[in-house]
Amino acid sequence: IFMSLQEPSLYTVKAILILDNDGDRLFAKYYDDTYPSVKEQKAFEKNIFNKTHRTDSEIALLEGLTVVYKSSIDLYFYVIGSSYENELMLMAVLNCLFDSLSQMLRGYRKNVEKRALLENMEGLFLAVDEIVDGGVILESDPQQVVHRVALRGEDVPLTEQTVSQVLQSAKEQIKWSLLR
Amino acid sequence: MLKKFDKKDEESGGGSNPFQHLEKSAVLQEARVFNETPINPRKCAHILTKILYLINQGEHLGTTEATEAFFAMTKLFQSNDPTLRRMCYLTIKEMSCIAEDVIIVTSSLTKDMTGKEDNYRGPAVRALCQITDSTMLQAIERYMKQAIVDKVPSVSSSALVSSLHLLKCSFDVVKRWVNEAQEAASSDNIMVQYHALGLLYHVRKNDRLAVSKMISKFTRHSLKSPFAYCMMIRVASKQLEEEDGSHDSPLFDFIESCLRNKHEMVVYEAASAIVNLPGCSAKELAPAVSVLQLFCSSPKAALRYAAVRTLNKVAMKHPSAVTACNLDLENLVTDSNRSIATLAITTLLKTGSESSIDRLMKQISSFMSEISDEFKVVVVQAISALCQKYPRKHAVLMNFLFTMLREEGGFEYKRAIVDCIISIIEENSESKETGLSHLCEFIEDCEFTVLATRILHLLGQEGPKTNNPSKYIRFIYNRVVLEHEEVRAGAVSALAKFGAQNEEMLPSILVLLKRCVMDDDNEVRDRATFYLNVLEQKQKALNAGYILNGLTVSIPGLERALQQYTLEPSEKPFDLKSVPLATTPLAEQRTESAPISAVKQPEKVAATRQEIFQEQLAAVPEFRGLGPLFKSSPEPVALTESETEYVIRCTKHTFTNHMVFQFDCTNTLNDQTLENVTVQMEPTEAYEVLCYVPTRSLPYNQPGTCYTLVALPKEDPTAVACMFSCMLKFTVKDCDPTTGETDDEGYEDEYVLEDLEVTVADHIQKVMKLNFEAAWDEVGDEFEKEETFTLSTIKTLEEAVGNIVKFLGMHPCERSDKVPDNKNTHTLLLAGVFRGGHDILVRSRLLLLDTVTMQVTARSSEELPVDIVLASVG
Repeated sequence: IFMSLQEPSLYTVKAILILDNDGDRLFAKYYDDTYPSVKEQKAFEKNIFNKTHRTDSEIALLEGLTVVYKSSIDLYFYVIGSSYENELMLMAVLNCLFDSLSQMLRGYRKNVEKRALLENMEGLFLAVDEIVDGGVILESDPQQVVHRVALRGEDVPLTEQTVSQVLQSAKEQIKWSLLR
Repeated sequence: MLKKFDKKDEESGGGSNPFQHLEKSAVLQEARVFNETPINPRKCAHILTKILYLINQGEHLGTTEATEAFFAMTKLFQSNDPTLRRMCYLTIKEMSCIAEDVIIVTSSLTKDMTGKEDNYRGPAVRALCQITDSTMLQAIERYMKQAIVDKVPSVSSSALVSSLHLLKCSFDVVKRWVNEAQEAASSDNIMVQYHALGLLYHVRKNDRLAVSKMISKFTRHSLKSPFAYCMMIRVASKQLEEEDGSHDSPLFDFIESCLRNKHEMVVYEAASAIVNLPGCSAKELAPAVSVLQLFCSSPKAALRYAAVRTLNKVAMKHPSAVTACNLDLENLVTDSNRSIATLAITTLLKTGSESSIDRLMKQISSFMSEISDEFKVVVVQAISALCQKYPRKHAVLMNFLFTMLREEGGFEYKRAIVDCIISIIEENSESKETGLSHLCEFIEDCEFTVLATRILHLLGQEGPKTNNPSKYIRFIYNRVVLEHEEVRAGAVSALAKFGAQNEEMLPSILVLLKRCVMDDDNEVRDRATFYLNVLEQKQKALNAGYILNGLTVSIPGLERALQQYTLEPSEKPFDLKSVPLATTPLAEQRTESAPISAVKQPEKVAATRQEIFQEQLAAVPEFRGLGPLFKSSPEPVALTESETEYVIRCTKHTFTNHMVFQFDCTNTLNDQTLENVTVQMEPTEAYEVLCYVPTRSLPYNQPGTCYTLVALPKEDPTAVACMFSCMLKFTVKDCDPTTGETDDEGYEDEYVLEDLEVTVADHIQKVMKLNFEAAWDEVGDEFEKEETFTLSTIKTLEEAVGNIVKFLGMHPCERSDKVPDNKNTHTLLLAGVFRGGHDILVRSRLLLLDTVTMQVTARSSEELPVDIVLASVG
């Protein structure tokens, strides 16, 4: 029976996850009822993290689902689909998400890492919303995604940015001096 | 402790995570800022981000607090800050199913959707559709139609995808938008084209003709989007599969042409579609296999994985087609992605020669601990297949399995190993003793109850037949002492089976069982008491009926019959023969090598097909008083070709003195409604048609069911095999295909169907007798009859065995359906229950000279079943 084909469908993506290097959820969007409760979702995320964070092998089959993934500094990106799904389609979603984010963060001269991502959470929410809608791939071209998200980037008053940066680094220095 | 905490804090940049210690109540409190004027967009957007972050973390928002925050958020539509507006859309979508009265933002969203700001329009469409139900959809229908054909791709895509989501609840409204979708399908934008094709297919998928037209239209000119290609390949292959005809069609040509597409995604989709098509010849597979071979050396892990996984599928059915890739697969054996390596090895195990097994097994054991359980199961399945192919390699493979059994692993994985070992034991008598003793060792320390009881059952069945049965007793009795109740009960049953078959051991078994009579658990105690009393009688027939061959009735059926019996007090004792039989013997319920992807299936006992039928038939007043349903034919028989006006399929239901024919009818003409539909039947033998139960109305494409009830022949009860000619009778009323309005006037019409055959197999239910000899003795020779036949057209023993099993519809016991190689005699043992509840057993001795000669001996507790079986064979 399993040889028989699945119903043709646009519903490609079951979930998009971003975890940090402790395996904690930074972002998670589930598009169907494979894991209906938060408890089941967290258990799945834990399992996924345990099986993938030590390898850089980009694709795995877990709990009967195809998982494509990518890591960047202290972040782990996952796109999950059915095991019948075209792996390259899932990969296209993962690449689009990652490239969109790195372009957006490059606007702030930042790498794709946890701190930068948390500072731009709204950009992440909007980008994911432009890439996948209810499990359907909405856009796969990172240029288009970045264009549509159109975050106010450069229009932030320079002074405001610098002040907060100065404060931040001052805090860091005080923290270090206290630790010593 | 403090130090450790600090370290973690600093590593994860905790100090700078603005979301780390968010309090739900505090954030919702902050949302009051939304009411302030002028609006501070930055601050407000940040608060919305915090709310979304909380929801994202799985925080639960109550209806009241969500509604409150939602209403506050609506104020933010006064600001024209683009990011803030976009965050509002997201909040609306997230809260659409938590907060109440979300429809109040409808007008704001409609304004944005039709406004000038392109960056608002797409997201506004999507948010709007999320909060719209089918009654409100009519109001925005005009805007949706415009949006679908909008020249801005993001607007068009958003409208198409939202329409797709809306299909689930408002199919009838959305299907009016196909013209717009059709126009969008010719868009230059790749995503718009993909979404439009997807929507068109979802609207039309139940209309085969429309799907065909769509495929031929969009495959003739080349598509722009690789995603659209993938979609069309799936649609085409589904269509091909349903036609289940030749692959010599434009659909197959289209899929094959996609193998030369410039996008890898499309090429892979096409190759995978060809591989998955049922009944592909090696020649048709070859081009697909060669592109997969190329992908094996791709630098992209996902592509290598996809390719080797698909090749692995090919190798299951056509190992020779993959042999050409052996060299490429060898290179993947050391791939750093262990999933790829495992798939490569298991594929090689299927295609490679016997000599490479040892090397590959060694390779795979070096990283067994690194791969996930899913792939360990794949490895076990590969080993299982190897065992069947190379019987001489048992020793190596069994050892490997035992090593795996001792290591850590989840239930699915362990079960796959145990299944595999059991099938090896069943296939090969020489490996039985080693296999059993390893399994004994495994249950000494086994955390899975299901596996432990299964192995105990196997020990009870196979152990007594070995040379030294007493050595298993210690392992079994240990379970009684050490385990929890379910396993103890299983162990008690296993002990009883040793006692029933081996007189020397009986006294010591009795001693052990007496100890179990004092058990804490009811079930264990009951079983021990029961077996003890049966064994003490020292009667072979009792042992056979109550210990070696257990109940063959369906358990839910028994429950229902007993409940019925208690409701209607009667003088007569309860008759076990009135209980329907279990349709699938336990041993057959084991799934054959389940696919790796189907691992995650809930293991619940669904109502069997026959129980569903029983309920349905019981609801028809005409069928009251027929007694319990004895048997339903396993597969419905088609009485029409698949492409005709009406599609009729028949399921035969057998009762003690009657048969009910169930006709599942579908009307495929959209301009007709049929009424009062029956199937008129004309038997060739002394069957008597008692009544027809019609389908009142059969509208286009909605399945309906009608029944015909017949009485079995009374004069000559052995004449059960019979042909029925069938005719569909009905009243036709014409109707309008678009509106579904039906004319008041109709006319009578008829339609000739194929003949329906009733055979002896319809009167016999398969039953598994674990110990055939005991059952044979139990029935006794009072009604034994024997006859000899010559099967002049049959040239091999396998063919003869297959034909007899199929013809009589009985269950082959003791694996006697497997004919050993190079033998010219064979004995086939068949068991069943005849309608009315009498066991029928058949022993058929076969001799092959030039043709097959067969001596059939049949036994039953009544004469009629024996006569019917012998009459039907002759």
